[in-house]
Amino acid sequence: MNKNPLNHETTGSLLTRYRLEFDTNRTSSPWWVPFVSVVLGLVFCGIFIALNGMSPYTVYMKMFKGAFGTSFGLTETLVKLIPLLLCALGVSVAYKISVWNIGAEGQFAAGALAATSVSIYFPDLPVWMIIPVMVILGIAAGGAWGALTALPRTYFGVNELITSLMLNYVALLALNYFVFGPWKDPAGLNFPGTPMFTDAQSLPVLGTTRLHLGLVFALVAVALYAFMFRYTRWGYELRLIGANPEVARNAGINIKKHILIVMIVSGGLAGLAGMSEVSGVTHRLMYGISPGYGYTAIIVAWLAKLNPVGLVISSFLFAGLIVGGYSVQTIGLPSSISLMMQGAILFFLIAGDMMSKINIRRIQVPMKGAH
Amino acid sequence: MEFITQLLSAALSSGTPLLFAVGGGILIERSGIIQLGAEGLMLMGAVTASLVYIQTGSLLLTLLGSLTVGALLGLLHAFLCVSLRANQIVSGLALTLFGSGFSAYLGKSVSGMPLPGSVPRFEIPFLNAIPWIGPVFNNLDLLTWLSFVLVALATVFVYLTSWGLDLRAVGDNPATADAMGIPVQAFRYGSVIVGSMFIGLAGADLLLAFSPTWSEGMTAGKGWIAIALVIFARWNPLRAMFCAYFFGALDSLGFRMQLLGSTIPSYFLKMIPYLVTILVLMYLGWRNRNKPSGAPEALGIPYFREQRF
Repeated sequence: MNKNPLNHETTGSLLTRYRLEFDTNRTSSPWWVPFVSVVLGLVFCGIFIALNGMSPYTVYMKMFKGAFGTSFGLTETLVKLIPLLLCALGVSVAYKISVWNIGAEGQFAAGALAATSVSIYFPDLPVWMIIPVMVILGIAAGGAWGALTALPRTYFGVNELITSLMLNYVALLALNYFVFGPWKDPAGLNFPGTPMFTDAQSLPVLGTTRLHLGLVFALVAVALYAFMFRYTRWGYELRLIGANPEVARNAGINIKKHILIVMIVSGGLAGLAGMSEVSGVTHRLMYGISPGYGYTAIIVAWLAKLNPVGLVISSFLFAGLIVGGYSVQTIGLPSSISLMMQGAILFFLIAGDMMSKINIRRIQVPMKGAH
Repeated sequence: MEFITQLLSAALSSGTPLLFAVGGGILIERSGIIQLGAEGLMLMGAVTASLVYIQTGSLLLTLLGSLTVGALLGLLHAFLCVSLRANQIVSGLALTLFGSGFSAYLGKSVSGMPLPGSVPRFEIPFLNAIPWIGPVFNNLDLLTWLSFVLVALATVFVYLTSWGLDLRAVGDNPATADAMGIPVQAFRYGSVIVGSMFIGLAGADLLLAFSPTWSEGMTAGKGWIAIALVIFARWNPLRAMFCAYFFGALDSLGFRMQLLGSTIPSYFLKMIPYLVTILVLMYLGWRNRNKPSGAPEALGIPYFREQRF
């Protein structure tokens, strides 16, 4: 008797089962995964907030109103978007070739320090030169800090995750040394900050808002990022290294050189973020100038899948999260609650990315005992 | 000699939290899973310890609390990395970010509050008779003794038991281990959870034995230094001991130099551990340029068994 085990109509002894299969060939997850993970991350944190005896609704409304509800909140969110977008672009460039730069925080501080040094040591520069010199020094310092991560990696095989992170602590300690020590404003009533910048040392702002020229820097950088990867030889080489380092090496691409360049570009962008923050927002270098932009940038980049448009959207969202984090301080919560939400969103994102690779396949198996 | 005795005991007390974290990291990474969440795990362990200790006043419950939190977060990391085969680096970063934020949120109410007691210390009479070294070991606290025991157990486990052999096989070549009938997933889950419990305990020790009150971000990068120390120790628990105490000594050296009237600003002294971490890693990289690093060979590579769940 011909029993075809795949044809259940010929036999009554087959069971329908479902098998989970991992599709390792699928490289991208559906576009809605990041959105769903944001929602789930917020719900997850909401549960903890509720367990702690507060209403998640109140907390989230407070955050939402603080970040997007008023025109002041909205411009504040845009102001925070600038450093986030620049740092996220920086880490994205590195992630394109799987270089794990988590040192944007330190590179940001290096850029801010270098830009501020102009106001301390060269207060008499011609007015037209001041901002360009600050921009160049900020980028150079951030880039140098990035190179410090790349060189041990390329010549000594040191994991860049650890180097870049250690350099974050070094840069922040150096920043604290200057603002508490030699650069402290003598007229600042012991405030840990440098003297205020002059108008010529500050980036121009839009009307009466706090929105400054840095937004243009950030948007130009996004455009350049998109253009470079799509249309230049350098971008092509990076894409090749990212896709398959072995093939790239065989094609004669110098990977070490690319790692160094990428880390300099990556650090330079974070350095520019540091420069634009001191010159555009705080108008002085001060203690605690970054609420962790460098770390948030990692999630921004990951959420955006390194896509330029995605980077703008996710920086805007996370800038809102940071501003919202400040506004819940009025109801007695720490602003680092936004850090917790960011971590939770990242959990759901990577889980979602992998879950969307699981295929559920219907299979038919013979019932036990039936041949 | 007084100085050396003091430095040694300072190295022990600030090296012990590192030792717990490095030991945990080694157990996890031996199974082939990268654990970059140590900073977040330590913070969560520390905040749990301070909450439980202030609420209950019971040291036992405090330690159990930190172990439980470590286990739960380890379970999360294991689920993402082992079952879902997610990117282990990103999962660790997420754990660190979530841990720093969540610990700040939880610890808001106990920030700066003094703990109701401290860890008991043991006097061992015959140790005191040994000159110089004696006073160092004579007055150690419970957790330091516990760290000695755990290092000994971990060393025996990894190198002298068949489970340890299985664990190393899972970390080096999961496919072969699987073919030999070793439950790869179970070993990975187990080692990530147990190792994370150690790291949670590291946070509790940091709080109880090293710095007296909870403050936001109190680990100040110690979790990351511990991850670097896993590499220094070449994934060997016994070597981890020397590495942890060396860094403990470095950490307290800056502080001591300040006490001795050094004119170097404290900010630069605090940079020493971070800079030495990079320099030692560079030295190791140069020395081992033609040798394997000692890392488990499948470290960071998710294992797919015939692409099926």
